[in-house]
Amino acid sequence: MTNNLLLIKNARILDPGAGIDETGDILIAEGKISKTGKDITKSGASIIDASGLIVCPGFIDLHCHLRQPGYENKETIASGAAAAARGGYTTICCMPNTNPPLDSAATISYVRELAARDAPRVRILPVGCITAGRAGKELANLTELADAGCVGFSDDGSPVSDTRIMSLAMENTAMLDLPIIDHCEDINLSQGGHMNDGWVAARLGLKGIPAAAEEIMVARDIALCELTGARLHVTHMSTAGSLQLIRAAKKRGLKVTCDVTPHNLTLTHERVMKTQNGAQTLLAYDTNARVNPPLRSPDDIEALIGGIADGTIDAVATDHAPHTAEDKLCEFENAVSGISGFETAFGVLMSLVHSGKIGLNALVTSLTAGPARVLRDKAGTLQTGTRADIVLLDIGHEWTVDVQNFLSKGRNTPFAGCKLKGMVMATISSGQLSWHHSSVRIS
Amino acid sequence: MSLSEPRQGVSTKETMAQPSIDYWKHRHVLDLDDFSREETDLVFEIAEGMVEILDRDVKKVPTLRGKTIATMFFEPSTRTRASFEMAAKYLGADTISLDATRSSVAKGESLVDSLRTLQALEVDAIIMRHNCSGAPYLAAQNLDTSIINAGDGWHAHPSQGLLDIFTMRQQLGDLKGRKAVIVGDILHSRVARSNIWGMRHYGMKLVLCAPPTLIPHGLRDMLEKYSLNHVTIEHNLDAAIENADIVMPLRLQKERQQSGLISSLREYIQGYQINSSRLAGAKPDVLVMHPGPMNEGAEISPDVAYGTRSLIEQQVTNGVAVRMALLYLIAGGKNR
Repeated sequence: MTNNLLLIKNARILDPGAGIDETGDILIAEGKISKTGKDITKSGASIIDASGLIVCPGFIDLHCHLRQPGYENKETIASGAAAAARGGYTTICCMPNTNPPLDSAATISYVRELAARDAPRVRILPVGCITAGRAGKELANLTELADAGCVGFSDDGSPVSDTRIMSLAMENTAMLDLPIIDHCEDINLSQGGHMNDGWVAARLGLKGIPAAAEEIMVARDIALCELTGARLHVTHMSTAGSLQLIRAAKKRGLKVTCDVTPHNLTLTHERVMKTQNGAQTLLAYDTNARVNPPLRSPDDIEALIGGIADGTIDAVATDHAPHTAEDKLCEFENAVSGISGFETAFGVLMSLVHSGKIGLNALVTSLTAGPARVLRDKAGTLQTGTRADIVLLDIGHEWTVDVQNFLSKGRNTPFAGCKLKGMVMATISSGQLSWHHSSVRIS
Repeated sequence: MSLSEPRQGVSTKETMAQPSIDYWKHRHVLDLDDFSREETDLVFEIAEGMVEILDRDVKKVPTLRGKTIATMFFEPSTRTRASFEMAAKYLGADTISLDATRSSVAKGESLVDSLRTLQALEVDAIIMRHNCSGAPYLAAQNLDTSIINAGDGWHAHPSQGLLDIFTMRQQLGDLKGRKAVIVGDILHSRVARSNIWGMRHYGMKLVLCAPPTLIPHGLRDMLEKYSLNHVTIEHNLDAAIENADIVMPLRLQKERQQSGLISSLREYIQGYQINSSRLAGAKPDVLVMHPGPMNEGAEISPDVAYGTRSLIEQQVTNGVAVRMALLYLIAGGKNR
């Protein structure tokens, strides 16, 4: 790629945002998509034979945790970005619950500098805090954060409980025209909860987190969105009730969008107790299935899948939340929440396509054009002239999740050992390969 | 020791001669959900032999001589811990007890690390209590040593469930068609949960009676999921107690009022205290049990607690016998 020319041959080009689904070639020059069509030739170009592969816009993740600064033992911007690239992501939004949190121009700039230095092949977009120190008491300097380059605001993990503070925040973010990326949880109701409130919690003797704890806040913030005119993005939505509220809000024309995680689309609360077979069958109390919001009921999953299929859900976001082994090798009640999600997201989501629950177009939209729309970003398409952020997919490739091979430092996943069908074969970011499978040949 | 030897150790009586150990599949005792009828019966059969030993002047037998049983309690306990330690000592085992509330755990050592230390000391079984539900499962997943759950969070207390049912059988014989009522803080009760599983083999009816705030939200669905049709939930104590053979109030902790789960102790007493006038609706020979520790004057009136219908002292004695049986089955078998 000495002259920055790359030619992808014989791919199924799938760009639902642009309405493209055809077999052909893509020529990339100077980091941009220069031409799409049949039988393109270009002397001097490096060539990837993509026969049998699907080529899509690079994936966009609205919600991940890169842990730097402050928790470099869990993840760094470099390791997180490597994992993201392997997962097909070319643009990722990192949450501000670092230490120190991203509540000042200085910390936002620091993350952007680290990203430019340590992870040049993934576009990392920082999300700023809503409140100072994520404490929910007083607003962060939202304009300053916006000027420093944040793409949205969130106190993720520590929801803003004070309605007045949230209302004030939204008045500001409406002016800035940036979304609130909202972790919806009424902590008075969820306090001390460890998993979904339901029969599994009753069985295991764990305190439940009711669906209402999420839905109350979704309803509140939709009301505030209407009051202030702010852009509201409900992130990692997990219940059928939340979806209903958002569907109704969208129908009323409010600026509400939402995302859901791969694990909330595919695993139920029963996964927490999944028994392990040994000489004696043991309840798992699997801390790798501890996540917030928690894994919910089959009814919730069914509703969420419907939301992807009909487009009510704008995006799938990983909520990639890497942790150390020690963080998880403990009592369920003492375990931290989170799943290391970049490297399994696509394979996990493809199970929904293979089982016929959602179409491939809907899935790809939720990973590309959907999140781009939420961010009002130009990425997420393969149209000529745009940044060459591209992913090559083999939807039939079967593989087994081996956490020992993760590029992320976080090996905390309930999908460890799972057989998945569908794999990211190569990721191209601004025309440069950021990851590729050993079977992909470049000549 | 081998399994053919226990008769010389445990008892010369024939009661101990032929326990059908083949039924016994457990490396650990974590809850009664994975106990078959045969296994539960086996525990009771052996426990009956142990009751006889406890009636002797010299109670000590050499069955577990050379074995070391560790107790590790991450939560304060006097009754259960003393009961297990006496059980181990009567069987001739050496015991070591670690008060985990004061040990390295308090200094930040993880549960798995603490237990690995015990394993390295080559103890034969670890009896553990922990304030977190599922902690003994974490131990069992990461250790080779046998784990006996002496109570984990809100989840399970299998030896208590066994001793409760053992005591009922001792008094009533066949439990088929009998009605037991567990009253009170079901939400936080590992005793109630283990009794739910334990009683399913005996054709009994079990009524769980509490105000709605003290019943886990998912309990009805759980009962349905596992076809635990012997259990019903009832908020009205008079309805629950009608024709009951056994009534078991649970300890009401004072924190429940502070956290708003009950409006006031006064209101709770009016609705749910087990006292003589309340028991009038039950069978005339109704039996009263309590897993302890009691909060006299709260969930139970003193006259009932110490009255003729009370089995509370028998529960304590039987607790030692049942725990001897469990230790015999777990640590007395072939060296694993």
